[in-house]
Amino acid sequence: MTMTDVNIDEILAPMPDKVKKNRRKHIVKKDASAGCRPQIEANTRTVPGIITQRGCSYAGCKGVVVGPIKDMLTITHGPIGCAYYSWGTRRNKARTDDSTPPDQIYSTMCFSTDMQESDIVFGGEKKLAKMIDEVVEIFHPRAINICATCPIGLIGDDLGAVSKAAEERHGIPIIHYNCEGYKGVSQSAGHHIANNQIMERMIGTGTEKVDGKYVLNFLGEYNIGGDAWEIERVLEEIGYTVGSTLTGDSAYATIKNMHTAHLNLVQCHRSINYIAEMMETKYGIPWLKVNFIGIDATIDTLRDIAQCFGDKELIARTELVIERELAAVTPEIERYQKICRGKTAFIFVGGSRSHHYQFLLRNLGMEVMVAGYEFAHRDDYEGREVIPTIKSDADSKNIPELHVKPDTEMYRPPHLRLKMSQEKYDELVASGVLNEYRGMYPDMVNGGIMIDDANHFETEELVKVFKPDLIFTGIKDKYVTHKMGLPSKQIHSYDYSGPYTCFRGAVTFAKDVAHSLSTPAWKMITPPWEQSITEQR
Amino acid sequence: MLECTPKEPLPKDARTTGSINPIKTCQPVGALYAALGIHGCLPHSHGSQGCCSYHRMALSRHFHEPAMASTSSFTEGASVFGGAANLKTSIKNVFAIYNPEIIAVHTTCLSETIGDDMPTIIKQSEIPEGKYVIHANTPSYHGSHVTGFSNMCKGIVSYLAESDGNPKKERANIFPGFTNPGDMREIKRIVTEMGVPSIMYPDTTGVMDSPVRKTYEMFPRGGATIEAIQDSGNSKMTLSLGAWSSDEAAATLQSKCGVPGVPLRIPIGVKATDDLIMAVKKGFGVDVPEPLEVERGQVIDTLIDIHYQYEGKTVAVFGDPDIVIPLVEFLITMGMIPKYVLTGTPGGKFEKIVNGMLEEAGIEGSRVKAEGDLFDLHQWIKEESVDLLIGNAHGKYIARAEDIPLVRVGFPVFDRAVHPLMPIVGYRGCLRLIEMISNVLLDRRDRDCLDEDYELIL
Ligand code: SF4
Ligand code: SF4
Repeated sequence: MTMTDVNIDEILAPMPDKVKKNRRKHIVKKDASAGCRPQIEANTRTVPGIITQRGCSYAGCKGVVVGPIKDMLTITHGPIGCAYYSWGTRRNKARTDDSTPPDQIYSTMCFSTDMQESDIVFGGEKKLAKMIDEVVEIFHPRAINICATCPIGLIGDDLGAVSKAAEERHGIPIIHYNCEGYKGVSQSAGHHIANNQIMERMIGTGTEKVDGKYVLNFLGEYNIGGDAWEIERVLEEIGYTVGSTLTGDSAYATIKNMHTAHLNLVQCHRSINYIAEMMETKYGIPWLKVNFIGIDATIDTLRDIAQCFGDKELIARTELVIERELAAVTPEIERYQKICRGKTAFIFVGGSRSHHYQFLLRNLGMEVMVAGYEFAHRDDYEGREVIPTIKSDADSKNIPELHVKPDTEMYRPPHLRLKMSQEKYDELVASGVLNEYRGMYPDMVNGGIMIDDANHFETEELVKVFKPDLIFTGIKDKYVTHKMGLPSKQIHSYDYSGPYTCFRGAVTFAKDVAHSLSTPAWKMITPPWEQSITEQR
Repeated sequence: MLECTPKEPLPKDARTTGSINPIKTCQPVGALYAALGIHGCLPHSHGSQGCCSYHRMALSRHFHEPAMASTSSFTEGASVFGGAANLKTSIKNVFAIYNPEIIAVHTTCLSETIGDDMPTIIKQSEIPEGKYVIHANTPSYHGSHVTGFSNMCKGIVSYLAESDGNPKKERANIFPGFTNPGDMREIKRIVTEMGVPSIMYPDTTGVMDSPVRKTYEMFPRGGATIEAIQDSGNSKMTLSLGAWSSDEAAATLQSKCGVPGVPLRIPIGVKATDDLIMAVKKGFGVDVPEPLEVERGQVIDTLIDIHYQYEGKTVAVFGDPDIVIPLVEFLITMGMIPKYVLTGTPGGKFEKIVNGMLEEAGIEGSRVKAEGDLFDLHQWIKEESVDLLIGNAHGKYIARAEDIPLVRVGFPVFDRAVHPLMPIVGYRGCLRLIEMISNVLLDRRDRDCLDEDYELIL
């Protein structure tokens, strides 16, 4: 079967009619000859009973965005489970630095109000207030996050009031997030809620200006396996200063001063585009969608950043670093390409990785046949131009929108931030470099499939059709894939490897992928007594 | 690592609320695990999908296996108007798309707080002929993952077990408690070795330790069959292993079908294994076969041979009560000193039982705590350290911070493979525990000693 022959309706045939009708809208085939981008349904409810890979709003807020802020103590207000599962499961590496001594790092710890039955009946506000008092006395944190879980919303605890009162008692910021798991339809709601609070309560509250000729913030980079550190190394060698990362190895102490940067880089568009946009409006900081996954993608990104400042010296230095890094990794990449070339893959993960990794795989000579996001919106697939056409439904209306205005004191027009003329800046925007994201569709292989909120059934069927050589996924699908006789790599946690970013990261990734494909055990699944005579050596 | 933990003991009453670095998690994950021990079962989480995602993730990370489950996918509407519609739709879709034999529904704290009436909703659902839907209430603000496991076991009994009124069959039911498939396999082997037929449930062997076969089977070949579970009402007795995880189910089976339950510990260590074997011997009038005698003798032999490698060492033990209690007993048998013993699961009798064992052994100055957490433990260790930690993988942070070796036992052990396949129960389990404990202590000694003290023969 050639790729373009896939019959999606046939795949979905065994589903009940209502489910079929629903799921059909979430699956799109790339047809390069069609000219226009087909619409995909995304960010809508999962069908009850479907085995989905999605998580919840709390997971997006605490687990992804605010939990990794290393010098903030994050209390999960709820029964024990939610805090427990988001404890140490995302590999957001963090280390001590000038602004964060070791005794101020809390991100490896788990704090839960551990609500009991009586707290549910009588309300948990007192318990939360008491726990805040106790942790302040024991740990003296700089700031505290309070994250809500499902039952908290139901019993109506007023997190805002508790936090505000505690803030007055202790004189430190205590920031609350109404990120109950049932809000929205996936983690995405939690990202948004977290973004709003970070914007309102953290960014812009600091008074220290970050030193450096070109100061960048790095948004939507979670430092899994040390990704952010590798990117920072390269950026710093070129001559940039990274003010703060949101939120991998990031600290309250530096997030406060993010408004002083010249340019925001956005890696995971889905989880953080809210902040990028709001910072643009409020402080005039332009943003650039970047991708440091893949050698060519990294090179393009580095050139884009240099172009944003237009400084000749910077451009020259960028080329120098590219050349040097490239020379160092090319022979190794070529070695692994021999194993990887011609192989195909599926990739199903959260917000932007399903798109980003396609570039890296192409560097290895691999092609992604089926790709999907767990919790994306249409713009992640179709590009930002569709944002005005996305209708908000009841589930998304529950997530408050934050409306920001230019800050009277701190706003500086974007072209001044970038130290260039208005005309030059306008040109950059018009050419789609700044403040733009084209989504996954343009980069899909022709005949490939984009699938939103892919479920277990569809994955199995698509495997039968495409017979990929490798699946990139999260832990819940990893072992399913292995049982199918296919290698899999976790693209959430990297199977404890990494970093995968920039040039050196590409080598690490190439090695991991090559090893996954070539592990001798794959050839040993059938025991000798079940092999036909010809198979036996 | 954990540098923010204060070095000084905390002032009294400085910490009374909540949990810091817990030694427990919530009920549904235990219920989900128990449900996977039925052949052809799809566990279903009734609540918002985040919980289900977390529980599957935790199980997959521990077992390195798929942990399938569907969810009612609540959004705000269901949270306000109740989840009946979501559950009914789920049941319909699950049978249509995945075709399991049985769906085992557990609640989450969300559906519990709304107060969804599970039996009624299930009664009103469309269930295909010959298929089953069972449920357990698993409110997360009560008990722990062990409670959830117990509740699902009880649910399995109340929905499925039946008595046909005939005289009971010469057969044992085994309720294995919240243990790994490797342990369950070993327990079954011991009882089989004694010549007694048995029905084990939940039984996650073949499900959470299934082999690779090149085709994925959503419902792997293992697990207790529904027929076997139904027939368990006709067995002569139930070996109920672990008070926290199995006793309620055994009591339910006793009152429902008249099968007497024999409360036992999970057979970790010599004494608890002896007790299991004696119970089978007495219950069925069988002799203890030679191979088991040999195994036991090997354990005692080993204990005598190498006791000096661990005897007198102090150890901190934490984890689930049904694991920790017999483990502490075995450590005492080994001549070690359980200095700190903690569980996160509530229940006052934990402290009573452990303190009783320590007292009997004449061990003084130990601290025992139910509903404790790892922050408590870390504080105690800062006051006075120990030679060894035994517990789940979360202990690795204290292990590094305080430079103490860790032997991984219990749930969860995320960072080691093979672990769930290797038993710690029975006499063979004793050998494995001795091996793990003495090896880390010897490695430690080799690592720390001076060159001139580095020796080959001890
Ligand atoms: S909401 Fe309740 S059931 Fe769900 S993970 Fe949290 S504690 Fe567990
Ligand atoms: S990194 Fe992926 S895409 Fe972005 S929030 Fe997610 S899981 Fe993330």
